Amino acid sequence: MKTPVRFSAWMFWVGMAFLYLPMLSLIIYSFNESRLVTVWAGWSTKWYGELFRDEGLMSAVWRSLEVAFWSANAAVLLGVMASVALTRFGNFRGRSMLHSLVAAPLVMPDVIIGLSLLLLFVSMTDVIGWPQQRGLLTIWVAHATFCTAYATVVISSRLKELDRSYLEAAMDLGATPLKAFIQVTLPIIMPALVSAWLLSFTLSLDDVVIASFVSGPGATTLPIEVFSSVRLGVSPKINALATIIILIVSLVTLAVWWLSRRKLQREKLAK
Amino acid sequence: MNKLFERFKPGSEHGKKWVIALPTLWLVLFFALPFLIVLKIAFAEAEIAIPPYSALLSMADQAFDLHVYFGNFIFLTEDDLYLAAYLNSLKMAAISTFFCLLIGYPMAYYIARAKQTTQSILLLLILLPSWTSFLIRIYAWIGILKSNGVLNNVLLWTGVINEPLAILNTNVAVYIGIVYAYLPFMVLPLYANLVKHDHSFIEASQDLGARRLQSFWHITFPLSRNGIVAGSMLVFIPVVGEYVIPELLGGTNSIVIGKVLWQEFFNNRDWPLASSLALIMLLLLMVPIHFFRKHQEKEWEGNQ
Amino acid sequence: MIEPSITRDSADGHFLQIKSIVKTYDDVVAVNDVSLDIAKGDIFALLGASGSGKSTLLRMLAGFETPNSGQIILDGEDIVSLEPYRRPINMMFQSYALFPHMTVEQNIAYGLKQDRMPKKMIADKVVQMLRLVHMEKFAKRKPEQLSGGQRQRVALARSLAKSPKLLLLDEPMGALDKKLRTRMQLEVVDILESVGVTCVMVTHDQEEAMTMANRIAIMEEGRIVQAGTPRDIYEAPNSLQAAEFIGSMNLFHGEICVDAEDHAVIDSQECANKLYVSYGVTTALDDKQVVFAVRPEKTMISREQPDSEYNWCRGMVHDIAYLGGHSIYHIRLDNGKILNSFMVNSDRFADAPTWEEQVYVYWSDDSGLVLRP
Repeated sequence: MKTPVRFSAWMFWVGMAFLYLPMLSLIIYSFNESRLVTVWAGWSTKWYGELFRDEGLMSAVWRSLEVAFWSANAAVLLGVMASVALTRFGNFRGRSMLHSLVAAPLVMPDVIIGLSLLLLFVSMTDVIGWPQQRGLLTIWVAHATFCTAYATVVISSRLKELDRSYLEAAMDLGATPLKAFIQVTLPIIMPALVSAWLLSFTLSLDDVVIASFVSGPGATTLPIEVFSSVRLGVSPKINALATIIILIVSLVTLAVWWLSRRKLQREKLAK
Repeated sequence: MNKLFERFKPGSEHGKKWVIALPTLWLVLFFALPFLIVLKIAFAEAEIAIPPYSALLSMADQAFDLHVYFGNFIFLTEDDLYLAAYLNSLKMAAISTFFCLLIGYPMAYYIARAKQTTQSILLLLILLPSWTSFLIRIYAWIGILKSNGVLNNVLLWTGVINEPLAILNTNVAVYIGIVYAYLPFMVLPLYANLVKHDHSFIEASQDLGARRLQSFWHITFPLSRNGIVAGSMLVFIPVVGEYVIPELLGGTNSIVIGKVLWQEFFNNRDWPLASSLALIMLLLLMVPIHFFRKHQEKEWEGNQ
Repeated sequence: MIEPSITRDSADGHFLQIKSIVKTYDDVVAVNDVSLDIAKGDIFALLGASGSGKSTLLRMLAGFETPNSGQIILDGEDIVSLEPYRRPINMMFQSYALFPHMTVEQNIAYGLKQDRMPKKMIADKVVQMLRLVHMEKFAKRKPEQLSGGQRQRVALARSLAKSPKLLLLDEPMGALDKKLRTRMQLEVVDILESVGVTCVMVTHDQEEAMTMANRIAIMEEGRIVQAGTPRDIYEAPNSLQAAEFIGSMNLFHGEICVDAEDHAVIDSQECANKLYVSYGVTTALDDKQVVFAVRPEKTMISREQPDSEYNWCRGMVHDIAYLGGHSIYHIRLDNGKILNSFMVNSDRFADAPTWEEQVYVYWSDDSGLVLRP
């Protein structure tokens, strides 16, 4: 195995450098005193101050968090249902259709999803008078839709490998199917639900294209704000924002990793 | 109340129906139905109105009047810009997929061969960047690739070059951005596939006298075909419609279909033309998407 | 340990009645017209290979599968249309299916909570069950912190906690290693008998079935081949299938030539001498083809030719498997047929026949059986 491993090890670390160096440069330059990103003028945290004073950006952050929160909730709820249907109900009519509906958004280009949803909303307003105007609600619908696909992939892969006899044992002991699902299946697959939720949350928080199509006046999300400012060129405020995002994501990841490792070690210790 | 509850129980036939119906209806309404509307509007005429297109079906003189307009599609064939954009997008997607595979395969291989405990950490390292903002990671490359950016500064300082390289606003920058953003999508399915391989296959082939590189080409690589297909589809299909990366990193001459569609829609407010563009893109992607779906289904059933 | 109120071979054979149950999946018939009567207090084993339909039958008793037709009557009540969570039946799963997010205590209490039993009573019952399976010290542990045998005891306690009318065991020893198995078989039977619960178990292991159960049904291809006590099934198999399923058999295909009231004689091409059984076999004239069967441990090996007219053949020692307590001899007859014979190693270094030696295999008149091919 020597040759491929040595080569692949080399490639792996080159790839890692490729993935991480840009992020590193963002972090370093966020502490640059100078407005010109490329000239180093000493350490400073003034851009962080500017970032927090930028009310437009700050309110966009809250709007985005709100949309992401509710999108993730809807995606996990719909994802659990779709996963249960796909993995536990055998061959029902419409299974293949549901399967396609879940798989297709994973690869569908953003511009197509965005455009088609906008046209749907416009037609709906025309026909049934809802939604009266586009905004956070329509962004939520759009995000919930494509996040459902991702949530379903995560949850169904866990459900698939879950021993059926847990649910049967609960029913055997007198729990109705709904009770058994809530008291036994859901707690067991909770880690998968959490990762599906987090994935949906970050996907929603990250989307600029679809949100641009379906948002309305006054409903700009953070990515829309960032995009419009980035299109004009590099801005140190965005570097500061990026650093904060990277920090939060790294901390959450580290915490999740640490918790799961501790749980694993405890299990090992018990044996 | 009890009766009502009875109807929502997942075990009962009613409960089952709801569990199936809710996600199906949601996805039909907000994912499948919109495509029909795209289809409808692609055959409408642009108008200065709200919404800015003509009605396909109108009531006139107590009769339905079906107004189908092929002008959009005729217009698309008349202007070379659109054909060039489609071709360019396909080419860009193909080349990026190739490079993702080239870099991603050894990475996935390395992770799959690492110790069990290390594997999860390495995977986490691959995934971590994709959980931070996509937009911001693309933006980082602007600062790096600019003519007075990080890369040029480093290269000038080390004396490799004397003149700053113009990378930003070229196709090269777009390729870098795409490979950078989509690399995790290639690595994950490849890893998932490679980690399942029974190492004894390779040992058997080596036992039979195959050289190491040979055993890789004859055993590991063909066995990982499913992972390669899945990873390539996950990169190729969305990249065909990519908008953000060419917009931020590409120049005026990197014309891709995502960008053209965006401009027709937002700048020219020609919704019917944008719909036609989307429709043709969808038709182009139908084959790979179908392929991907079949493949997904097979993997899904196979693991059950 | 048997409580006096429970009579093992009770006349009340109708506690659980399975009547003409049929279950098909698409085109495959999994259970084909099965009827069984199980008495109160029985430990009843369904014995069969995988795919024989025994698990499907068990799952229909539990309520996870619905039969296409037939009745299941438990204590006078037809339960076929009852949902699994309404049946007074509990099951111990092959994988145990202990809920990983609950402690041992919570696992045992789960079923009782579903019945809305008062908290105090639940706590008492849990303590009682823990004592029954000797797991008092592990009440607060999670399943992942238990060994295989301990998990099994918890699973047993959980399924007994609701005092079910019927207990189902799905491959009860399937998840244990071989050494632990023998110990747990006896321990589980002790617990079951001390509670006096009626029990249906499914297993593919004949030794397990014979150790644990007082009645056994052999299933093959969705049908019951034979049902009876372990001794009945071993000593008096009613068919070739049953005979071959449990233990091993030496078989001679032949034809009945004497059919008297108290004995029969069979002429077989495969044995040089005629075969004699000491009971009458009523046969029709046109149905004389039978199989004569004799178990290896009922045959004896000698260097001298037996002076009987019947029931012996000559051969060579082809192979010997020394197993300590006894040895298995493979004897090749003159016509090429191989017979198995067990020889008890009662002397430490006896002068037993050895490889390539000429020997005679013989057995007594009441050892053989006549079966229909």
